[in-house]
Amino acid sequence: MNLLLFGLLNIIGILLALVIGAALLTWIERRLLGFWQDRRGPNRVGPFGSLQVVADMIKILFKQDWIPPFADRYVFVLAPAVVMVAGLLGFAVIPVTPSIGIAGNWNIGVLFFLAMASLSVYSVVLAGWASNSKYSLLGGMRAAAQMVTYEVFMGLSLIGVVMLSGSFNLTDIVRAQRNIWFIIPQFIGFIVFLMAGIAETHRLPFDLPEGENELGAGFHTEYSGMKFGMFFIGEYIGILLTAAMITVLFFGGWEGPFLPPILWFMLKLSVFVIFFILLRAALPRPRYDQLMSYGWKVLLPLSLLNVVITGAVMLASGPAG
Amino acid sequence: MNDAFYVASGIAVLSTALAITRANGVHALLYLVISLLAVALVFYTLGAAFAAALEVIVYAGAIIVLMVFLVMMLNLGGAAAARETQWMKPRVWIGPAILGIVLEAEIVSILARGDAGVPSLAVILPRDVGIAMFGPYLLCVELASMLLLAALAGAYRLAYLERAEG
Amino acid sequence: MLSSIRTLWLTFLHLFHRSETVEYPEQMPYLAPRYRGRIVLSRDPDGAERCVSCYLCAVACPVSCISLQKTEDAGRWYPAYFRINFSRCIFCGFCEEACPTYAIQLTPDFEMSEYERHNLVYEKEDLLISGTGKYPEYSFYNVSGLAIPGKDKGEAEHERPPVDPRTLLP
Repeated sequence: MNLLLFGLLNIIGILLALVIGAALLTWIERRLLGFWQDRRGPNRVGPFGSLQVVADMIKILFKQDWIPPFADRYVFVLAPAVVMVAGLLGFAVIPVTPSIGIAGNWNIGVLFFLAMASLSVYSVVLAGWASNSKYSLLGGMRAAAQMVTYEVFMGLSLIGVVMLSGSFNLTDIVRAQRNIWFIIPQFIGFIVFLMAGIAETHRLPFDLPEGENELGAGFHTEYSGMKFGMFFIGEYIGILLTAAMITVLFFGGWEGPFLPPILWFMLKLSVFVIFFILLRAALPRPRYDQLMSYGWKVLLPLSLLNVVITGAVMLASGPAG
Repeated sequence: MNDAFYVASGIAVLSTALAITRANGVHALLYLVISLLAVALVFYTLGAAFAAALEVIVYAGAIIVLMVFLVMMLNLGGAAAARETQWMKPRVWIGPAILGIVLEAEIVSILARGDAGVPSLAVILPRDVGIAMFGPYLLCVELASMLLLAALAGAYRLAYLERAEG
Repeated sequence: MLSSIRTLWLTFLHLFHRSETVEYPEQMPYLAPRYRGRIVLSRDPDGAERCVSCYLCAVACPVSCISLQKTEDAGRWYPAYFRINFSRCIFCGFCEEACPTYAIQLTPDFEMSEYERHNLVYEKEDLLISGTGKYPEYSFYNVSGLAIPGKDKGEAEHERPPVDPRTLLP
């Protein structure tokens, strides 16, 4: 009973933290982008503008939630739910600390994360199709091609980590990094995973599915009100998820001296979230064919090379544990 | 676990039936995705976690996405859906349906005679799958990889021809 | 790749730069005296209305937002009403340029938002100010049509002799 209660608390706590964190990220991102562009960003509502989130939330909740008459109603409503569900489910396998985390000790943790990442393609594709408008369709098609492509490298880049730790279990992977973070032996894997993670969450500079200047807003052109809000929050949950995965897989998760594990996790997580925002502030979008050929011609060979080298080194250094 | 198995398989059967009968291509594919997810759950309840994860990643996450992509590119409108509905006449589906029912009855009778229910659980780890694939089934894996390589080369050739002409 | 990393670093350094933002309601921006903002009607130094209802401003206005009506009082023209629809006005300043008496002037005030559109139609009493605006000493009747000391009318450079209105000859 006690265990069940603890589990429930765990789930509710993580869900709340995620959703609130994702909402806060909208403010943090705008603030940071402001600073990086020599502006101040939203600083009016509440202390340092932190209540901007609440103001935005109230606004978006009271906006007209419009379903275009030419849209496919059911799929149109389904699409934003998929992105939220896939993002939140993906977080289930993240071990925040040894005790906090919903299924951090699951024996197919990495695979489950990849599965959820691949399912989140549907939200974008279905949104693009169901809106029945050309910009949305183009955005959805771009997103489908981009995300299916980058999923391949995302999976392959993690193989090195899995080989080194000998497990798909994320808790084991963190434990295996007690001596050395996997960023050092798996640097190529880290780079590929970072790129693929950005492309999977379709964040800048890889946000071609929603390129404003050519597609309106891409797949969510026709969305309004809270459905748009769900896409928005879903994107930030995707950022949090990718940053958390990078932390867990390459930077030793909760491991660290002096501070309690949860603080270490949060610290590493926020560094990567800020890095994601910095990428947005600094880099321009590539062209679409550049994006695709970069993926297939650079990242795929790199990740395969990484697997081969890791395997060779492991073979040379004797039987793995 | 038993309940989850039955619920998941029920969902799988139902959504597959719906996938067959939908006139709208994307709706049919969506039901197919649901069916695949349910099958993944069935695998998981049977202890094959690795197979379940791969089912979601490969089938639901990649192959059906490509199918949806294709349907989107073809941009089938209401006319196509109407045509599909026309094809759904009893004359067309009654034959396969009878055959399906016969098969179903066979399976049910076999299950009823034998020890029905979920077989005993043995959790199969990814490590076991790997050892099996590159141990006793090495030849099969190599043959499959040859086949895939041939398919890849063929696809490349076709795309290359198209590009050369266009 | 290297240039991308350099861009990232340079952008990151902007975190420590001073913000360029002018925080407007607390910190008012400097506006030049000749800024083209809200339109006013000014008065002579002796307190009479400058506007003589010549309609030049209404003619010059490219969006036709000025409307007025002439009336006469004690041998002098006045506007009976003078109306500017600021929801149409584009603040081009042509009316100010057209005005022969410096009556209509644009001021460096732009805070004139309203919740209802019809509140943006300003009447004469809204437009008329008690001062002289940008030209404190100027009074039309003290300057225009007067002879220059030492020269009679029509004797200045590039000046034709005055028209005699009582003759029929061209």
